[in-house]
Amino acid sequence: MAIVFEKTKMLCEKPFHYCPGCTHGIIHRLVAESLDELGIGETAIGVAPVGCAVFAYDYFNCDMMEAAHGRAPAVATGIKRVCPDKAVFTYQGDGDLASIGTAEIVHAATRGEKITTIFVNNAIYGMTGGQMAPTTLPGQVTTTSPYGRDVTRCGWPIKVSEMLATLTGPAYIARVSVHDVPNIKKAKAAIKKAFQLQMEGKGFTLVEVLSTCPTNWGMTPQEALKWVQTDMMPAYPLGVYKDITAEPASVEGGAH
Amino acid sequence: MKQLMKGNEAIAEAAIQAGCRFFFGYPITPQNQIPEYMSKRLPQVGGCFLQAESEVAAINMVYGAGGSGARVMTSSSSPGISLKQEGISYIVGAEVPCVIVNMVRGGPGLGSIQPAQSDYYQATRGGGHGDYRMCVLAPGSVQEAVNLTQDAFDIADRYRNPVLVLGDGLIGQMMEPVDMDAVADHAPAADLKEKNWAADGHVPTTDSPRAIINSLYIDPQVLENHCKRLQAKYDLIAKNECRWQEEMLSDAEIVLVSYGTTSRIARSAMRKCREKGIKVGLLRPITLWPFPEEALRKTLSTAKEYLVFEMSMGQMVDDVRLAVNGERPVHFYGRTGGMVPTVAEMVAQIEKLAGVSASPDGCENCDFEKAVRDAADKIDAAADAMGKKLDEAGKKIGETVSSPEFQQKAQDVGKQVGDFATRTADTVAKGVGSFFGAVGKAFETVQKDLKDIEQKQKTEQKADVDKPADSDQKEGE
Repeated sequence: MAIVFEKTKMLCEKPFHYCPGCTHGIIHRLVAESLDELGIGETAIGVAPVGCAVFAYDYFNCDMMEAAHGRAPAVATGIKRVCPDKAVFTYQGDGDLASIGTAEIVHAATRGEKITTIFVNNAIYGMTGGQMAPTTLPGQVTTTSPYGRDVTRCGWPIKVSEMLATLTGPAYIARVSVHDVPNIKKAKAAIKKAFQLQMEGKGFTLVEVLSTCPTNWGMTPQEALKWVQTDMMPAYPLGVYKDITAEPASVEGGAH
Repeated sequence: MKQLMKGNEAIAEAAIQAGCRFFFGYPITPQNQIPEYMSKRLPQVGGCFLQAESEVAAINMVYGAGGSGARVMTSSSSPGISLKQEGISYIVGAEVPCVIVNMVRGGPGLGSIQPAQSDYYQATRGGGHGDYRMCVLAPGSVQEAVNLTQDAFDIADRYRNPVLVLGDGLIGQMMEPVDMDAVADHAPAADLKEKNWAADGHVPTTDSPRAIINSLYIDPQVLENHCKRLQAKYDLIAKNECRWQEEMLSDAEIVLVSYGTTSRIARSAMRKCREKGIKVGLLRPITLWPFPEEALRKTLSTAKEYLVFEMSMGQMVDDVRLAVNGERPVHFYGRTGGMVPTVAEMVAQIEKLAGVSASPDGCENCDFEKAVRDAADKIDAAADAMGKKLDEAGKKIGETVSSPEFQQKAQDVGKQVGDFATRTADTVAKGVGSFFGAVGKAFETVQKDLKDIEQKQKTEQKADVDKPADSDQKEGE
């Protein structure tokens, strides 16, 4: 009998700990499949964050390092400098990357560090119980913004892809979503392209993935998928923010 | 052949000769020559120097590179080392070898940029969060810094634990002759195994499965087991890696304990005191952790007293006291904030302990400021007391001013006060104690004279007067 689908070998046997309706599982699989299909999975080195994906080292079937909160891009930098021929990636949430780790991600990006960052944006701190994140939407209720995020006191959400795309160092920056099948397919293509460009030595690559947190959003999985479309996507428009391979005429220094 | 090299540069070259090909750092004085040297040299040997965006990022890059199996180093100075503590704790927890250099400067806070030893606690007690230890190597010369830096890489790899080279601004900035030929192409120690645990993207095998470099153990029992295993490793380090130097200890009644730059000054002081016949010796810890406790306890057979010299307010002295365990007095003398003690200061401290009067070339500055402050305080107090007495005396004098005998007595008292002033000036120079003796005597004289005057008044006027002043009162005791 012909096999039409099988679990990627880049994921371990260990069951995910993620909540029902959380899209981390889908994103894990897209990363694993991309590594596998590119033939770079077996020798890849991943860096896990602090946050919901803290146990990622138990799920990705390759060498893994667990980083301190926000420091994954620095750890990945050290790894990549020692192993320049290997696929090196970080898998980080919004608290990890866009709050405590802003310095590390900005400088890894501007150095054009040849790593791939999977940035999972679910607009909340999931692991610690639903506190306000740097990406929490204006008015969004969390355990530390019980009256809704008040932008006059807490400021505005950070748009990471837009911000990093202003830098010269990145080769590829895209924002995708996994709330439905067509978007999951687009997300896979973006992740695969990011790894491809890393292996070609083009520079820093990042894919921001809009993700759900039904538990801390206080929604059913279906409601959460809908909220991504109705509330998150207007604030975080999908698209390719930087792709040096798509630019017809590159200005000196690599403009965008 | 020996060449003249700055400590920081010599350490950097020694690391390269020990196979270090990766360096991640951030500028901070007084260690800047290490990253500067590395930025020039590492590309020449196929290595990688990277100036990180922060101390925090630098130590995490070290974590990544060390986790991938490379010999890697970072260096910083006190405030920067504080910033690295988070990363160091993770590195220890995940059992990643690396070498960290701290060229200690004065603290706390931004402190100063001058040499200090005030990071001893931080270095020897772990520094970051959680139960952990690091082997801490404290060189006393540029040559020793070179040798210890190379050993640091071997010790780090042997135990899969970071090793801290703890220098100070002087070790880093000082130029001394070093034999770099002797340390060229330092091969890793023979006992070191291949790093089959490294996350280097290897194809997994039975001997070398998929690597997970991690310090998270969510199950408390599993974490306790992990910590016990780490402790067993620290016990092994304590047993195998402890180093110290003994000088003139065989008959030493006064045992000096000092490390790094301070130990060199202590050595000079010790030699000067030996010339004067004082039985003094020096124990110099080379590893601050593990602390050479056993070596120190062996000195109990001759030691009557211990004297610890540090460039801090007293940190290593705690470890000396723990080792001596109350069996002998342990004294401390330190300078801090970037102040470096002089030989003369140390000689004065040793002589004081030995019961020898200070030599003419002895203490020049050490206790002078304190003595001046104390004298100023006491003179203020004496002036206040004197003011009160003079008020009282003025009152009495007012009562007796019409007396013809007073004229004569007043002249006498004036003379006494004049003598007292002369004696006071003299005694301030000699010592505050005797000064106050003189003050006391002067007052007694004044009081006695006043009493005499009163008595005379009483006798002559044959009338009741107010109760006389208490003649037993003493000042300044």
